[in-house]
Amino acid sequence: MVLSGCRLSWNREYVNLLRLTATEALELMKRGEISSSEFTGAFLSQIDRHDDDVFAFLNVTGESAREEAAAIDASASGRPALAGLPTAIKDVLCTRGVTTTCASKMLENYNPIYTATCVQRMKDAGIVTLGKTNMDEFAMGSSTENSAYGPTRNPWDLERVPGGSSGGSAAAVAAGECVWALGSDTGGSIRQPAAFCGVVGLKPTYGSVSRYGLIAFASSFDQVGPITKNVRDAHLMLQFLVGKDPLDSTSVEYPVEIPPLEDRDLSGVRLGIVKELVGEGFDSGVMETFSKAVAMLEAAGAEIGEASLPHVEYALPAYYILAPAEASANLARFDGVRYGLRAGDTSGITEMYEETRRIGFGDEVKRRIMLGTHALSSGYYDAYYGQAQKVRTLMVQDFASALGQFDMLISPTAPTTAFRLGEKTGDPLTMYKSDICTIPVNLAGLPAISIPAGLSEGLPVGLQIIGKAFTAPTLLQTAYSAETAIGFGRVSPLIEGQD
Amino acid sequence: MEFEPVIGLEIHVELSTKSKMFCGCRVEFGGEPNTRTCPVCLAHPGALPVMNQQAIRYLARISLSLECSVPEKSIFHRKNYFYPDLPKGYQISQYDQPFAVDGQLHVMLDEKDYRVGIERVHQEEDTAKNIHGGESGRIAGSTYSLIDFNRSGTPLVEIVTRPDIHSPQVARAFLNKLKNTLQYLDVSDCNMEEGSLRCDANISMRPVGDTGLGVKTELKNMNSFKHLEKGLTQEIIRQTELLKNGEKIVQQTVHFDVTTGDISPLRSKEFAHDYRYFPEPDLVPLIATAKFVDGIRAEMPELPEARAQRYMKDLELPEYNAEVLTASRELADFFESVTEKTSASPKSVSNWAMGDLSGYLNSTGEHLATKSVFPEGSNICKLSPENFGNFVKMVDEGIIGVTSGKEVLPEMCKTGKSANKIVKAKGLTQISDQSELEAHIDEAIAGNPGQVEQYRAGKEQVIGFFVGQVMKATRGQANPKLVNELLKKKLSG
Ligand SMILES: [Zn+2]
Repeated sequence: MVLSGCRLSWNREYVNLLRLTATEALELMKRGEISSSEFTGAFLSQIDRHDDDVFAFLNVTGESAREEAAAIDASASGRPALAGLPTAIKDVLCTRGVTTTCASKMLENYNPIYTATCVQRMKDAGIVTLGKTNMDEFAMGSSTENSAYGPTRNPWDLERVPGGSSGGSAAAVAAGECVWALGSDTGGSIRQPAAFCGVVGLKPTYGSVSRYGLIAFASSFDQVGPITKNVRDAHLMLQFLVGKDPLDSTSVEYPVEIPPLEDRDLSGVRLGIVKELVGEGFDSGVMETFSKAVAMLEAAGAEIGEASLPHVEYALPAYYILAPAEASANLARFDGVRYGLRAGDTSGITEMYEETRRIGFGDEVKRRIMLGTHALSSGYYDAYYGQAQKVRTLMVQDFASALGQFDMLISPTAPTTAFRLGEKTGDPLTMYKSDICTIPVNLAGLPAISIPAGLSEGLPVGLQIIGKAFTAPTLLQTAYSAETAIGFGRVSPLIEGQD
Repeated sequence: MEFEPVIGLEIHVELSTKSKMFCGCRVEFGGEPNTRTCPVCLAHPGALPVMNQQAIRYLARISLSLECSVPEKSIFHRKNYFYPDLPKGYQISQYDQPFAVDGQLHVMLDEKDYRVGIERVHQEEDTAKNIHGGESGRIAGSTYSLIDFNRSGTPLVEIVTRPDIHSPQVARAFLNKLKNTLQYLDVSDCNMEEGSLRCDANISMRPVGDTGLGVKTELKNMNSFKHLEKGLTQEIIRQTELLKNGEKIVQQTVHFDVTTGDISPLRSKEFAHDYRYFPEPDLVPLIATAKFVDGIRAEMPELPEARAQRYMKDLELPEYNAEVLTASRELADFFESVTEKTSASPKSVSNWAMGDLSGYLNSTGEHLATKSVFPEGSNICKLSPENFGNFVKMVDEGIIGVTSGKEVLPEMCKTGKSANKIVKAKGLTQISDQSELEAHIDEAIAGNPGQVEQYRAGKEQVIGFFVGQVMKATRGQANPKLVNELLKKKLSG
């Protein structure tokens, strides 16, 4: 029997639970000043108040969340490390017994028979799962408008998109509907929505986090990572995500310790602004905010220089060959035979396949399957897939040489702030360009983080910091110092309004 | 113009590993459908393949036994096509960087040596099994299909020969030799009826003396040695006739009807398959270090040639016996356990094993209970090595006559009883009692004076006639050696 909140010893008027970071909340829960039940309840209320508008969640598992929280509260001793933290999970991650749709009609009623490794690790560490968040269908998109169940809206401006594909997770964090969230990043799907929603998003080095149970979009790019309120929380969550998983051959044991963050400035840190990822084609508001942030980093001791990725203009086309190519095979399993949607009233297997996939997939998914299928076709393979692989190698070399000169590279996370709903849906190419700063990083498999750089016309702008492979400790330390130097400290009106 | 066939074989071998190629599900034939499945082999969203190390060891054994070279790095590709028995919509296979290349296998046929080059050996995974509803059991005309995923993801090794085979007989002999080798390697049960060894053949014709290659056709799923040989023979006849009539061969897959012996083209596809191969991003490259390969070499089981040598050296078997015995792992293993467990003469054991015992097994389709792996439901012969050894000894010691032995052995196989018991029950003990035999001999001599004349006139082969008479009188139980000796004495006396 748990009576949540009865052990409160402080005056609640001074604390807005929705503003707490995961690290702060853990401390308060550990001290018994708030219970997980109360904390969880606060987010569920916020979801009740706002999620009809924001639509960050495809599925809120309120009842089981309350049960999980109560169980944590009841176990007085031996609290696991992340005990009681209400977490949102992108619907691209399989959760046993909890509907997992990937925001597709294809998996409308699909109940996984197992739980993704990264989610299981978080669960083992004691998190409370609030539900599954909206996304672009099969993680294909940059605005969450490609969800088969309707778009998510940006908590900073409900007429605008939250970015994508992890738009639901980023919006949930920004709207105070969870303390933190899990996202996945194939070409920028964690960092770009984090930037649009004024939160922190980390894409770990490829191979750091198990992909087992992550519904594959493009296997050689996909990586799960945290979307959080600040760098400290990202640092905390990452420690529970990384590590070799015997069920994922491409995962590795994280090669270095991830030590605690230190309060220090940026003295001696050499940051290279990627010259190809600033200027032309970038919103002036974004550039202005970015430049101000860079000045603050410099003031905090960073050595700022100009770096170059000479082949970066080919990154986008190469990505839009390689990722769809992998996707065309990854999505072949959705054939109506074993699970998920199956079209009725068809005669014969071929018609069943065609009809199932015609009804089950949205336009963007079909577009990418066709792109990828074409790129792999006999007679075209060398010209498309083969060439794109060469570009990928060039990007790896470009980054190696730039990161030879600098400790880390920086750029805006996206060329614009959050755009209006419907603004780019008619023009896929313009939409694709939204990921121009993030995609090159995925081609090289490197770690990168987006932190808020400031606001432009009331909308968040993201600062992307790119590190060498498997250097999360230095990347996160730098991001933490940069975050301190910038001192963003703003929350979306939806949280502010609940003060 | 005379034509000669050019044949290349593609063989698929299901490995008898404990678990599947990319997941932990058990590998086993039969059983309740869909009971050995998991998210990986059902291709649930988010599931990933993990390579089975034991399968790679088996693959290496096969590659080394075929004298292939093993490059340090090979990679897996995805082979894309839609079919209900392929849950992922792609098969994980190897493509332009296979595990092993450039090997060979020598085949003896009618005392001639044929070298068959091995182009490549690579690893892949098996599909599930479609069971088509409706009366015919075939896809055409079926009203529904069921799928059993127990087989989905079973490790499969593909062996591709060079087009070095020029007769159906050599093709058959090659497949036989390969099967035997695989059984010696302990990597597969090689049961063709159950599909753990499957063979496709590519065949074309060319004028004798030419070195080029003609247009080929493909014979799919030749599921026994006999079908392979017959199918190829029929296809050679068909192609030769076409060529002699000045017609062209169409590149296609043809179907050999086992019951009618007819060859017919499979319904031609509207367009050729484009498998859109690309490197499998879920798996890392397969690295076969020199150390790994050396390790496999060191743990290689004894192959037939080596075993034959050992039988000749240690057990003093004649070369012919050693070769025939080791040409079947089953027979060789049984032979070995007989010589280990009894003091019977190895040579006599080998003669009986190659002769009457093999004859019995061929006619009944039974298998010997040996170390070799046989799938569940196999027909196991009841003959134990101990009983067999003692039987051979009894014959050698003259307790049972050879003729009686031929009657006793099948009975032993059928019932599992010892020779002693059967001989007693049937009253088949050999007559070596001199006085009893002399009585019969005297009778034979007295009754056939003409033949006695002939013998005494120098026609010594007539002695066979008298032996026959005595055997007849004793219902085959007389000790032939003794009868011979006694006859010679009496006839010349
Ligand atoms: Zn399995």
